[in-house]
Amino acid sequence: MSDAIEVKSVTRVFGGNGKGPAKALDDVSLSVKEGELFGLLGPNGAGKTTLIKILATLLLPSSGQVKVLGYDVEKEVDKIRPRINMVSGGDVGGYGLLTVRENLWMFSQFYGIPTKEANERIDHLLKLFALDDKSNAKVRTISTGQKQKMNVIRGFVTEPDVIYLDEPTLGLDVNASFAIRTYLRKWVKEQKGKTMLLTTHYMVEADELCDRVAIIDKGKILACDTPINLKRMLRRSSTFDVETTIFPEIESMGRLAGVEGFQVKQLGDKVVTRYVVEQESVIADVISAIQSKGGKLTSLSKTEPTLEDVFIHLVGRGLE
Amino acid sequence: MIDWRLQCRAIYGRAYPRAIGALREPSWMFFDIFLPLLSISAFIFYYRALGAPAVYEGFVVIGGAMTAFWLSVMWGMATQFYWEKETGNLELYMMAPMSKMSILAGMALGGMFLTSVRAISTIVLGVIIFQVQMQLTSPLLLVFAFIITLIALYGMGMLFSSLYMFWGRGAWHLSNLMQEPIYLVSGFYFPVKQLGFYVAMAASIIPITLGLDSMRQILFGAGANGLLPVVEEIAILCVVAVVFIIAAWYSLRHMEYLGKKEGRLVLRSQ
Ligand SMILES: Nc1ncnc2c1ncn2[C@@H]1O[C@H](COP(=O)(O)OP(=O)(O)OP(=O)(O)O)[C@@H](O)[C@H]1O
Ligand SMILES: [Mg+2]
Repeated sequence: MSDAIEVKSVTRVFGGNGKGPAKALDDVSLSVKEGELFGLLGPNGAGKTTLIKILATLLLPSSGQVKVLGYDVEKEVDKIRPRINMVSGGDVGGYGLLTVRENLWMFSQFYGIPTKEANERIDHLLKLFALDDKSNAKVRTISTGQKQKMNVIRGFVTEPDVIYLDEPTLGLDVNASFAIRTYLRKWVKEQKGKTMLLTTHYMVEADELCDRVAIIDKGKILACDTPINLKRMLRRSSTFDVETTIFPEIESMGRLAGVEGFQVKQLGDKVVTRYVVEQESVIADVISAIQSKGGKLTSLSKTEPTLEDVFIHLVGRGLE
Repeated sequence: MIDWRLQCRAIYGRAYPRAIGALREPSWMFFDIFLPLLSISAFIFYYRALGAPAVYEGFVVIGGAMTAFWLSVMWGMATQFYWEKETGNLELYMMAPMSKMSILAGMALGGMFLTSVRAISTIVLGVIIFQVQMQLTSPLLLVFAFIITLIALYGMGMLFSSLYMFWGRGAWHLSNLMQEPIYLVSGFYFPVKQLGFYVAMAASIIPITLGLDSMRQILFGAGANGLLPVVEEIAILCVVAVVFIIAAWYSLRHMEYLGKKEGRLVLRSQ
């Protein structure tokens, strides 16, 4: 399979506001294969949107080379634009006076899709995303989440070969996010030659959905692999959730030999503590220490590292 | 190679919200027809009180109606791309495969259609209410002068739109600044020749000046006190139209490049 997206040593500098130029992307290289669902995960200001805008032909890289579908984003935009689309999270795009259906139709016209065909696709997608009851409502009367669904539909109506989704489930409820995630996965996997790059703040979304994930911070790619391999990076240590009754000097437990990470949460008259330990045997020491302090063990479970743990490990802080 | 099918669809697509969207707000239409009539009445009563020639009343009706086009070009065209940028539409337009000129053309056509509905209503009402006498000698020439005026005028709007794209709020101020003096300079309410030949010629860079002058000559004959012969005025308008549209095309291309380079096409808020 060939690469649908090729990014080579891309740096993007924005003309800093008196504080010197800011590097939104710093020597970024990555490639996304045709048929791949690729995720970009990173804290605010990491450079995710900047990369997407470059791939969407809306922004030029300051240096480096970017190819989409084999074409250069600087010199061959006319070859790229008919075959891509982008959806950004947030309440943007469209005209409030037009209905949902009319807005979607309007954007389809910029891609030259015959009206009849466009309307068939639109109706199909509106049904799929449970937005068909709003198809004739003016856009200014619908909710933020409904507008976001409309935006997602706008991206797919043109049947692009490469689609960029910048936080597509932002502001959506659990059901709607689930429906969209299911659709995204199917869209890439059940058709040939479709590629998707998405950014998200939801670790679960990246974990469930993506074939590969790049973790990006301060314009640099810190890691790029399948979610499973990324989590394997943390396999050397183990994570346990220990539930006990309240006992004195809980904080001192974090200083026991072999404990790498320690997080306490009080739940009513119980305490749940997460221990990240060097090796599993350390947890035995932890338990005897709890008992010697008069604490009573009520439950113990080993947990698998999540993508969030990987993220914390690499970036040094959590997302939220 | 230009894919004309795509361009036509894109133009129609962008004209649609313009033409249809605003018609959905009947109250806007009411004010857009009614308010120009008010200022027209004011001028007519003023001219009547001064004992001005009756032909001036016809001038005022035509001038007043054409005001709508000027406002549409200033607020509906020139400042439009800036506004589209703020709402996030601009980047969606830029990313799409059609020529960006088609977006401007769609905006212009939609604006022309909507404004024509208003302007013609204003003229019909004005002519009926004030019993304006006209001696329409050549309807075809009138239609041609009207259309070429609109093309030149909206061509100017297209140029401004691409220039304003990055000026942000400055665009608003400039449009504000151009709104009032235009009524004097372009002779909305009197024959532009009154300004003196050279001032009037300078004002002709704004297509509405010659457009109004030629249409009045066609409608009111010698009484119109025209600046240049009608045919010459129309010829100049044709040249101006072409120049504005070509300039808009270049400006748009350059602005798109600048925007991509400086990161000003995209919204900062995401
Ligand atoms: N148009 C612009 N002009 C100047 N600076 C910009 C522009 N766009 C982005 N930046 C800067 O580049 C950096 C990266 O921004 P970017 O929007 O790519 O981050 P992000 O990863 O998408 O963050 P978020 O999760 O908040 O969406 C930020 O420091 C931002 O301030
Ligand atoms: Mg972002």
